[in-house]
Amino acid sequence: MDYFLQQLINGVTLGSIYGLIAIGYTMVYGIIGMINFAHGDIFMVGSFVALILIVALGITAATPVLLLILALALVLVVAMALTAVWGWTVERIAYRPLRGSFRLAPLITAIGASIALQNFVQVSQGAKNKPLQPLFSGSFQLTDGGADGSGFIVNLSYIQILIVVTTVILMGGFTYLINNTNLGRSQRACEQDRKMASLLGVNVDRTISLTFVMGASLASVAGLMFLLYYGVVDFYIGFLAGVKAFTAAVLGGIGSLPGAMLGGLLIGLIETFWSGYFSVEYKDVAAFSILAIVLIFMPEGLLGQPEVEKV
Amino acid sequence: MSTWDNNPVLKVEHLTMRFGGLTAINDLSFNIGRGDITALIGPNGAGKTTVFNCITGFYKPTEGRLVMNRSNGEKHLLERMADFKITADAKVARTFQNIRLFGGMTILENLMVAQHNPLMVASNWTIGGLLGLGGYKKSNVDAIETAKYWLERIDLIDRADAPAADLSYGDQRRLEIARAMCTGPELLCLDEPAAGLNPKESLELNNLLQYIRKEHDTSVVLIEHDMSVVMEISDHVVVLDYGVKISDGSPEFVKNDPHVIAAYLGVEDDEVDQVEEEVGIA
Repeated sequence: MDYFLQQLINGVTLGSIYGLIAIGYTMVYGIIGMINFAHGDIFMVGSFVALILIVALGITAATPVLLLILALALVLVVAMALTAVWGWTVERIAYRPLRGSFRLAPLITAIGASIALQNFVQVSQGAKNKPLQPLFSGSFQLTDGGADGSGFIVNLSYIQILIVVTTVILMGGFTYLINNTNLGRSQRACEQDRKMASLLGVNVDRTISLTFVMGASLASVAGLMFLLYYGVVDFYIGFLAGVKAFTAAVLGGIGSLPGAMLGGLLIGLIETFWSGYFSVEYKDVAAFSILAIVLIFMPEGLLGQPEVEKV
Repeated sequence: MSTWDNNPVLKVEHLTMRFGGLTAINDLSFNIGRGDITALIGPNGAGKTTVFNCITGFYKPTEGRLVMNRSNGEKHLLERMADFKITADAKVARTFQNIRLFGGMTILENLMVAQHNPLMVASNWTIGGLLGLGGYKKSNVDAIETAKYWLERIDLIDRADAPAADLSYGDQRRLEIARAMCTGPELLCLDEPAAGLNPKESLELNNLLQYIRKEHDTSVVLIEHDMSVVMEISDHVVVLDYGVKISDGSPEFVKNDPHVIAAYLGVEDDEVDQVEEEVGIA
């Protein structure tokens, strides 16, 4: 039971990171119907930006706690802004000129943008792993391992709390933005009928750009979380994380926001539980097999809208 | 002199639209008078919807000019503008032959999207709105008031929070018009607004259009096949056939124009020879 609890904690943490990235996939798919394959690499760029900022600001584990939290909040905001610029640029250069072209064209430029970002970071930052000393090492011990010390000690580390709390806050804020603000309303309108939205005076290109900006800034949060959690980044982390988050978006129902969050959580849980109870080597196989099975029986994903024939 | 020549809200000048070898509209010129209800009629394939598509930026005309005269004195050349600016700056709105509501959004939200631009400015492009800064709250309240006003006009106020797709066909048509009106247009283009409506709904539509014309600074141009509707509500009728204008004038004038009768309205069998003689195709 204790072991299960520990895996649950780990799974929710990992799932939060996947969920934050998955939102970017699902939003972009919703509004322009394409998979932004460069999104995983935007996440990677976000974690590098965060790492550079942390090093530049001289944040270490020795920084006093209050200052540390303030500094990390600053890193978060600046990384979101800078990564958003990256997201905007990718959309502007690689996708917008091809809007209205045949469907495969932006898919190819997406893969191109992904490779370009990877190589840019590899060249400019070097191919080696970039480690970061853990900034928060503390944790709560939820169980003490029993009187004789033979039981399993369940740890809930501060960083895990930080990740989950930040994710919940951001997802809440983001859901509010989409459901209740004028911008979110325009985004949903563009999702349903771009041409009609523009005839109502909505600047569709700008709305699409803002979607990329929002997705990229959430991915950069995920990048910072990933960096703090694992303490190491390299130029290639975007690929696997991107594929997993994309899987999460499809599993939850691509185009659906709560679906992306749920999908992220599920992929995170499946991966950790499989690693915990069966084998670490096959965790990706497990995650993707479950995706395949779900898609066979529910092609629209868990929370996706089934395609309705238009009359 | 007629309103459409004296005080046109839109001047269509030498409009030509070619698709490859097909000339859908050929050197078409007409005016739409300010405050008029103008009907654009003609047989299927005459190019009526193509004219609308040129006016609202769907197509870039091959040749010609579309001059929009706003009531504040601004002039806009529609053929040079991006489509969203035609609505936002030139104040032209339109509806479609097939209904294009945002079905998954509520009725109220449909009307709110149409007020996107003033809200976006008032909310400082969302940031001010999220921070709850001054002007946004007020303009949000105003936008909801405008939406409510139109919902009352079309009798859908009780269903404001229902998904738009749940409405009946006639209600959806009226909602589309209300949505177009929420953009604050000076020219409203309606593509077959009465198609598929029953007589009662048709009557309600006529009343709504009369109301819009009377109470708002909005001129209406509509494509319509139902001649009883055209004759009853329009001040000015433009008739197209094969992409060229064959008649232009008051409903009375057009109804009796032999060209229109030959091309579109038709006559009793025993009068065919006489009409053919008048238009010179005998």
